Amino acid sequence: MVRATRTGRPGYGFFVALLALLIFGATIGPHSASAADLPELVKTLGSDDFSEKDGAIKALGELGDPRAIVVLQALAAGQLAVVQESQKVAITEATGDDLKLTDAVTGEDLGTVAEDAIDRIRVNNRLRSSIDGAMSALQIFSKSPEQRFAASRDAFRTATPAMAATLEKALTTETVPAVRDAMARSLAAVRLKTGTSAERTQAIATLASTTDPEIAGMLRGLADAGDTPPDVKRAAETAAQAIERKLKMISVAGNLIEGISLGSVLLLAAIGLAITFGLMGVINMAHGEMIMLGAYTAYVVQELFRAFLPPGIFGLYLIVAIPVAFLVAGAVGVALERCIIRFLYGRPLETLLATWGISLMLQQLVRSVFGAPNKAVANPEWMTGGFNVIGGLTVTWNRVYIIIFCFVVLAALAVTLSRTSYGLYVRAVMQNRPIASVMGIATARIDALTFGLGSGIAGMAGVALSQIGNVSPNLGTIYIVDSFLVVVFGGVGSLMGTLVGAMGIGIVNKLLEPFAGAILGKIVVLVAIILFIQKRPRGLFALKGRSVEA
Amino acid sequence: MATAAPPSGFLFNRQGWAVFIGVGILLIAVVPLLNLATPEGSAFHLGNYLIPLLGKYLCYAILALALDLIWGYAGILSLGHGAFFALGGYAFGMYLMREIGTRGVYGNPLLPDFMVFLNWQELPWYWYGFNHFWFAAAMALLVPGFFGMLIGWFAFRSRVTGVYLSIITQATTFALMLAFFRNDMGFGGNNGLTDFKSLLGYDLHLPSTRIGLYIATVIALGIAYLICRAIVTSKLGRVLLALRDAEARVRFIGYSTTNAKLFVFTVSAMLAGLAGALYVPQIGIINPSEFSPANSIEIAIWVAVGGRGTLAGAILGAVLVNLGKSWLTGAAPDFWLFFLGGLFILVTMFLPQGVVGIGQKWRFWRARRQSAVAVAAGHD
Amino acid sequence: MAKLGGRIQGLTAASVLAAGTLFGASAQAADTIKIGVLHSLSGTMAISESTLKDTVLMMVDDLNKNGGLLGKKVEAVVVDPASDWPLFAEKARELIQKDKVSVVFGCWTSVSRKSVLPVFEELNGLLFYPVQYEGEESSNNVFYTGAAPNQQAIPAVEYLMGKEGGEVKRWVLEGTDYVYPRTTNKILEAFLKSKGVKAEDIKINYTPFGFSDWQTEVAAIKRFAAAGKKTAVVSTINGDANVPFYKELANQGIKATDIPVVAFSVGEEELAGIDTKNLLGHLAAWNYFQSVKSPVNTAFINEWHSFIKNDKRVTNDPMEATYIGFKMWTQAVRQAGTADVDAVRQAMYGQKVKTPSGFTAVMNTNHHLSKPVMIGEIQANGQFDIVWQTKGPIKADAWSPFLPEDKGKIADWTYPWVCGNCTAPKFKEAALAN
Repeated sequence: MVRATRTGRPGYGFFVALLALLIFGATIGPHSASAADLPELVKTLGSDDFSEKDGAIKALGELGDPRAIVVLQALAAGQLAVVQESQKVAITEATGDDLKLTDAVTGEDLGTVAEDAIDRIRVNNRLRSSIDGAMSALQIFSKSPEQRFAASRDAFRTATPAMAATLEKALTTETVPAVRDAMARSLAAVRLKTGTSAERTQAIATLASTTDPEIAGMLRGLADAGDTPPDVKRAAETAAQAIERKLKMISVAGNLIEGISLGSVLLLAAIGLAITFGLMGVINMAHGEMIMLGAYTAYVVQELFRAFLPPGIFGLYLIVAIPVAFLVAGAVGVALERCIIRFLYGRPLETLLATWGISLMLQQLVRSVFGAPNKAVANPEWMTGGFNVIGGLTVTWNRVYIIIFCFVVLAALAVTLSRTSYGLYVRAVMQNRPIASVMGIATARIDALTFGLGSGIAGMAGVALSQIGNVSPNLGTIYIVDSFLVVVFGGVGSLMGTLVGAMGIGIVNKLLEPFAGAILGKIVVLVAIILFIQKRPRGLFALKGRSVEA
Repeated sequence: MATAAPPSGFLFNRQGWAVFIGVGILLIAVVPLLNLATPEGSAFHLGNYLIPLLGKYLCYAILALALDLIWGYAGILSLGHGAFFALGGYAFGMYLMREIGTRGVYGNPLLPDFMVFLNWQELPWYWYGFNHFWFAAAMALLVPGFFGMLIGWFAFRSRVTGVYLSIITQATTFALMLAFFRNDMGFGGNNGLTDFKSLLGYDLHLPSTRIGLYIATVIALGIAYLICRAIVTSKLGRVLLALRDAEARVRFIGYSTTNAKLFVFTVSAMLAGLAGALYVPQIGIINPSEFSPANSIEIAIWVAVGGRGTLAGAILGAVLVNLGKSWLTGAAPDFWLFFLGGLFILVTMFLPQGVVGIGQKWRFWRARRQSAVAVAAGHD
Repeated sequence: MAKLGGRIQGLTAASVLAAGTLFGASAQAADTIKIGVLHSLSGTMAISESTLKDTVLMMVDDLNKNGGLLGKKVEAVVVDPASDWPLFAEKARELIQKDKVSVVFGCWTSVSRKSVLPVFEELNGLLFYPVQYEGEESSNNVFYTGAAPNQQAIPAVEYLMGKEGGEVKRWVLEGTDYVYPRTTNKILEAFLKSKGVKAEDIKINYTPFGFSDWQTEVAAIKRFAAAGKKTAVVSTINGDANVPFYKELANQGIKATDIPVVAFSVGEEELAGIDTKNLLGHLAAWNYFQSVKSPVNTAFINEWHSFIKNDKRVTNDPMEATYIGFKMWTQAVRQAGTADVDAVRQAMYGQKVKTPSGFTAVMNTNHHLSKPVMIGEIQANGQFDIVWQTKGPIKADAWSPFLPEDKGKIADWTYPWVCGNCTAPKFKEAALAN
């Protein structure tokens, strides 16, 4: 508010002062006086000077006019533009190659023009912050409780007396408890900065029960500042310490969740290998490339969706990509098994060399077809963002889905191997090929199918991993060493071992990371695994019997 | 195939020695001669750029010998042999770094450039002594040897074999790579050690120094070959072959397989370190990507291509694969991985004995034609 | 066995020699000028470098269409150093000695440049290095067309300290653990401290190459930023690690308005691998953005699209740097009337090129360029909106004035200095005598 008057334009300053008067008169909400001001402010948005725009945004926020919300939203989205001919400010909407214009003030239709007939109003981060602040002031009175909640939660970032007044007023009418809590917290936080000594002490008491790291930071700042009155200082210190203690525990919990998430990524990358290497004994260096093929399948499916299907169902592409990737990678796996690998059974170390060659060729093939640069695989809407579990601990949706997905895959695989007749054949062939053959099992078919199954699962993993990392021809090389370690550490041939191995490595790695750093943490984990294998050469869950001796 | 007939002399019979010395002289004398004595542009002229290249191939040949010794003869496939190579390289690189002295970018007489740059005030203790050539040369053998012994002692004592051993050696080299990537380790981080100026006072950029290094590499390869040959033709070599084929039986008979394996593994690690030490001054850089698991896998591939279980095969494989790589990365930069990948697949599928196997097959075929009786003998 | 061993050894030697003659016997055509392209087409760096190979080929194509150089055709010799640093040195040697190229365009990352540097110096070759780098170097045989730290890092930080940037008070310097981030962060730390930023308001963190699990690091950034002061992240994260980093940032809800991230290694090409909807407003500092409106840039983009036959391919700063280098080299060759390295080098100094960035770049005697600095904010369409730029080109410092060990160092390859790393001219007395 005060800042807005500093813009130095005489008429404008007066105008803003008038506005301030109106708002301090507690006339918040739509009212007749603002209708005349809106056009002026909107016109100012078209200025070239970022400071002037900033003032206009702040003033718009304090206007309380619902039309301002539309204008500000359009501004934030980069859809607000000045029409070159009429110099009117319009909201643009893309229709094909052209733009449909709507007058930002009157809502009047201004026709359709080409992109070069308008000048888009540019925003930068400073303006975006101001827009966020203005929006939260406007949305505190929104009809939707979600918007009110979000607005009041973030309102404390704009710590001005005006915001305090707005929040106070909003509190008198608010009925939803969660929104009330958020408002009360934000009000307290605003008072922490702007209130009197007594108000501050009271605010500290309200805030002591939160677990928000930003508020902890504010309290810590207050406690450490030199000019804080001693009693406020003491209270702030106590409250800050209490929150910091809680935050420390939360951060350990956070590391644990991160560990499970890393574990799930390792697990996903390793399950396919647990079959091709663990069960079949093929040192499958091309495993990483199966993951890569899956990720590229996701990319292709995504492009097909973009090209041929309505944007409304775009988010489903990932679901479709999973079975497609399974089939693509699986088919490649079967082909490789039939053409190359079947000649090398019983010579595990030579499968290493052949599959290494396959891996080089597949990488170069993908590079030739798709080009070397990374490909963008978008997170569908339902996988973006995250949710706040507790005080500053955000869990992201893509990680949650990956954790769920990896357990589903593992469970499905376990059921297939232990409860179906196919699974029985697989186990029979892997344990004793000649006897299984004598019993009438078509071992060659089982071999091909099993290698295809492992490759297909790797392909599905690729779809999931495309959501958190790069999609490039080198994708597979990132996961190959880790995958082998997981399988060997867990115990070759044991799915349970793979699960425990992956989770153990993930969690230990993440618990170490805050102390040792990312690199040293990983080295420590590697050395620990190496030493562990010396102690138990067959891994965590060693299979009993003679079949593993080879 | 591995039925090496006992030599009718020390290591070789007379003819063998003649061939060995002949090839040695050819490599030592003819190559420099073609480089120095023929005019540029002549069909026989060997370009200057080929000398370090040949040197590199021969270093790789020593490395391949080292791996073949344990994989081909004792059945231990190490996927971490690049680590020993790199350790040897680093040890010698440290000497070359110290030799730079005040000729570095920052002109610090004691600290290498990257340390000045990271604001290090004094030389870390583990860099002490590396200003002496002989100390560094010894370390280039002893450090890999010690590491090899350590890993071997742990692994063989608890009978980690086969695939498991391969995976943990791979994990070891991966861990070392991550460690050497860290700038705080004091080995130059990702950039590694580079910008070498001289070796024992000889300017590394002079053709004569290059040729000297090349000759040293040929001699080292010859010695490495003799050492390997001595081992595989000795009684120990027999034990190794036996335990490659049936370790449990050898143990039951009463041999200490652990010690046999440990000895040969340590020798192999030291040979790899020797290769690394010779490699660094010729190539001019050593950095952590030498530890990358992919490099170690490649070594195994050289051996497989050449012919596992024959010393000459290992040498041949290393030279052939790298020659192909040098040629194809220039001649077919967009497709060379197809050729290389395809080569590995074809060799494993159709030439399980490697390139050497072709010769053997041919001899086998000729022998059969000459006398059907000879077929029954020898080959497995 | 022994006989066989000997025979095989003979075979080895023979094959080595055969290959030697094979390599050496490549004929030299007199009616072409050869240039080398030394960019990785496989391995980890192919993601970035393959584009630069195509850029050089495009420029060569264009040059030949317009009559070539000095009446001769220009022939590009492409090799693949495969992201393998020693192989870079080997291939550089091969290009210069076997293929006898007049100039090499290539390398990406400092280690590849450090690996080939001795080769170029020994054989008196000429390398154009097109990527931003840490400075601390000026070789007589290299022209650096990418940004030095004072053309990228320092202006970006100054912008963030200013009003438009959000008056940032607290800094996270997040980088990949190698020499470029280490140097940049060292310079930035000294710079920030000189501006009164306290040590506790600077957090420096390094992660390995290709790091992919950013959960803990991003959470730590959030915690660090919660101290009540405006915080920004200066990212020198390299290559592959960026996509997971940005994905994690977006999903953990770090918006540019809360904690802006300014990156020095993320351009249009890198963003093409990321969904940018949720990264709106995060920043990058470069000397060029595809969104620059200038006739040269429009022509450049059109040429690129028609050469690569794909309208969706983006252009980026290292491509522009390659463009500048190539144009300057052709101008210098024309001016010198020969492609001879020593003549071209002399002709390079003061060479001017109108660049796609809309400015005129000048080659200085320290072998670095004067180029403008631009700061862009990421837009939803994967492009950058330029929110700030310098009024004119800025001269690159090979040696940073903010580092104590660089005090007084001058890079100037003309008389009387003739030196890339000196505190006094090499030919001082002679200069005085004249």
